[in-house]
Amino acid sequence: MPKALHSHGTEIVLLAVIVVLSLGLGLSTERFLTLGNAFDLLNISAVNIIFAVGLLVVLIAGGIDISFAVAASVVQYVTAVILGSIGGGEWISGFLIAASIGILLGVFNAFLIHTFKIISIVATIATFNIYFGLLMFFTRGVSIYNLPDWLTTRVILFEHQTADGSWIEITLPVLVMVVCVIATSFLIGRTTIGRQLYAFGDNPEGARRFGIDIGAMQYIAFGWLGLMAGIGGLVQAHYAQEVVPNALYGRELDVLAAVVLGGARLGGGKGTVIGCVLGVLLISITQNGLNLLGVSPYAFKMIVGAIILVAIALSNSRLERLFGTARSQGARS
Amino acid sequence: MTEALDRGAAQRPLLSLRDINVTFGGVRALKNVSFEVLPGEVHCLAGENGSGKSTLIKVITGVYRPEPGAVIEYGGETYTHMSPVTAQAAGIQVIWQDLALFPEMSVAENIAFQTVVGRRPRLVDYGRMREAATAALKRLGVTLDVDRPLKDFPIAQRQIVAIARALVGEARIVFMDEPTASLTQSETDCLLDIVRTLSASGVAVVFVSHRLAEVLEISSRLTVLRDGALVGVYPTEGMTQSRITELMTGKMFDQTVRARPMEGRPVVLEVDRLTRAGLFEDISFTVRQGETLAITGLLGAGRTELALALFGMLRPTSGSIRLEGRPVRFSSNRDAIRAGIAYLSEDRLSLGLIQPQSIADNLVMASYDRLLTGGLLSERRKRDLVADWIRRLAVKIGRQEDAISTLSGGNQQRVAIAKWLATNPKLLILDSPTVGVDVGARAGIFDIVAKLAAEGLAIILITDEVPEAYFNADRVLHMANGRMANWFDPRATALADIEAAVYA
Repeated sequence: MPKALHSHGTEIVLLAVIVVLSLGLGLSTERFLTLGNAFDLLNISAVNIIFAVGLLVVLIAGGIDISFAVAASVVQYVTAVILGSIGGGEWISGFLIAASIGILLGVFNAFLIHTFKIISIVATIATFNIYFGLLMFFTRGVSIYNLPDWLTTRVILFEHQTADGSWIEITLPVLVMVVCVIATSFLIGRTTIGRQLYAFGDNPEGARRFGIDIGAMQYIAFGWLGLMAGIGGLVQAHYAQEVVPNALYGRELDVLAAVVLGGARLGGGKGTVIGCVLGVLLISITQNGLNLLGVSPYAFKMIVGAIILVAIALSNSRLERLFGTARSQGARS
Repeated sequence: MTEALDRGAAQRPLLSLRDINVTFGGVRALKNVSFEVLPGEVHCLAGENGSGKSTLIKVITGVYRPEPGAVIEYGGETYTHMSPVTAQAAGIQVIWQDLALFPEMSVAENIAFQTVVGRRPRLVDYGRMREAATAALKRLGVTLDVDRPLKDFPIAQRQIVAIARALVGEARIVFMDEPTASLTQSETDCLLDIVRTLSASGVAVVFVSHRLAEVLEISSRLTVLRDGALVGVYPTEGMTQSRITELMTGKMFDQTVRARPMEGRPVVLEVDRLTRAGLFEDISFTVRQGETLAITGLLGAGRTELALALFGMLRPTSGSIRLEGRPVRFSSNRDAIRAGIAYLSEDRLSLGLIQPQSIADNLVMASYDRLLTGGLLSERRKRDLVADWIRRLAVKIGRQEDAISTLSGGNQQRVAIAKWLATNPKLLILDSPTVGVDVGARAGIFDIVAKLAAEGLAIILITDEVPEAYFNADRVLHMANGRMANWFDPRATALADIEAAVYA
């Protein structure tokens, strides 16, 4: 038990907060603690979780990316145009196109960062503006509604009506999300590349002395986030049944907050997929709960912001220290 | 195999370098240096900063390529130069001064990180990693919880992790660059034991250290470099610290007691029964104008905490501080600076100086308010002030605008001292001013201290090296467990007696 606390302090704290919050919402609203609502939450959070695990990899490698959400919008738009020109396509070609464009946009960030030694936040603020500017210029802000039928039709993999009459649904976005989560977790936890990413983020100079290819690390990290952004973009278009150029604008900060909430560190070397998923879920649950409580949607951002502040302040320092996972104080360190 | 043959094989060098020349931008960093290490021996590489020690290590580990004509023989093979990959594959391992570890990762992963490096991506075998890590620690005779993140462990244990990592790389020769710089005495003893264990198991250790006592204790042979050239190779048996210093610097240092009588001079600082619960208790002393008071004692004796209390960074629980007769009570170190107290911190590199900033900016950091004309910063006054201190302390610099990180340790230390002197203090507290500074530069720093004292500055010198206190202070206060243990007068006491009392 203490061992689990040592290695997963943040995750356990997050889980505890989620449980307490859920119980509270369960008592104060009728609908929150139903299976139907739980699956709704998963469906709503799927896209953000896909983005979040991608961003996690970049954070672990010591970088940051502001551009991935608008990159996902670019992916949606370009994919829709390409699909239209090849006569519609289907899911496989759709995913291949979206993934390729996503990787391309991600790798461009890595290229700027590695070749010109621009720090990642500056490079991606630049590409954020470039991607979004190009998108608005070419679309003139016009949305695409005539998407292929296969893309806009809801794909329900499993459904079941519960005794209380609500529906349990597992939809395609949830399946894709689960695949992305497992793939990311495998990449960073089980492969040598993943461990090298952690090492690079933790101590770049130490990693360099081990002969780790620093350029490769950047390309892999940003390429992976690009891949997730591409997949997430397509899934979001499917979920929304339309492509709106500025639909994902601003999403990057929500996702970033969720990932940091999940225990990833700006500066690298730290973060887990589970923490990341819990971080996104905590924010979704809060919004969902506020909705069910009938709180004005105009207050959401403010309340979510406050929760992020409190949770990060607690989970990253105080509570861990309470559980005894604080750094031992070396006499001179 | 007969014993004679066995010994013959053991005497053949494991590593031998000849005619090593390295030039950086016209400066000869190494001149015709040769170097030899026997299998399993502990060999010390000595020299001042800039003497070429690090360059030599980097040639051996393949970071630098020597000029043509160089011969490197290692394990029966001859090379003209090494590459990092061949060096590592051949069992040449370096433990860098900054350790190059990964704090967030587990101890096991840190030790066995080699197993996840390599061109071809593959799956991570955590089981094998733990086994390799445990085996390496066992060879060193150490037990650590290999599953805990490295950041949970203090620096001494991290050092052990770095050594264990070298063993996983099948080390036959391990270079240790200043491994004891941030260790306490007992931690150092523990490390030296580990070095002996390594050596007994047939791994050669090349030890680089500024602490000459350690060098004499641990190594069997000594190679001395000066200004990029080989001075010679000597057996450590029969060698003395002052002889090594002489070889390293080419100069004789007269170690004479500098203490002078101070009675009757005006008192600058008077501390009366100063206490901070749990850290130090009942400390009373005075420091007079022009006096150098040394406070010595083992690490953890409360010396630094006392200094922080005098500097307003730690609130005393009882007792009083009087500065030039007036009682003072500081609520922050800003108050202390304003009142005329300067404190040169123990960890100069991380706390005292801002490495990427320029020499000039570092030097004026604590005295900006003296550079204001009409509320604005005067660049001219700043330049003059910096130039003045650079001259007075004989700091060797290129341009004022160069980053402080371009200076050697000794010169950085001088800038750090100048930074505080520029505030015009009445009392200067120097906390372990020579940690990580080599012998020649140490002498330079103490010359500055003597000069400042002669100009009337009151100085408190905190050090855990008793000889430093003995030779450079007028009085020596020995602290132990947060209390005053003894007073010593260097003119009336033998060095050995003080050492016996402090290190007991």
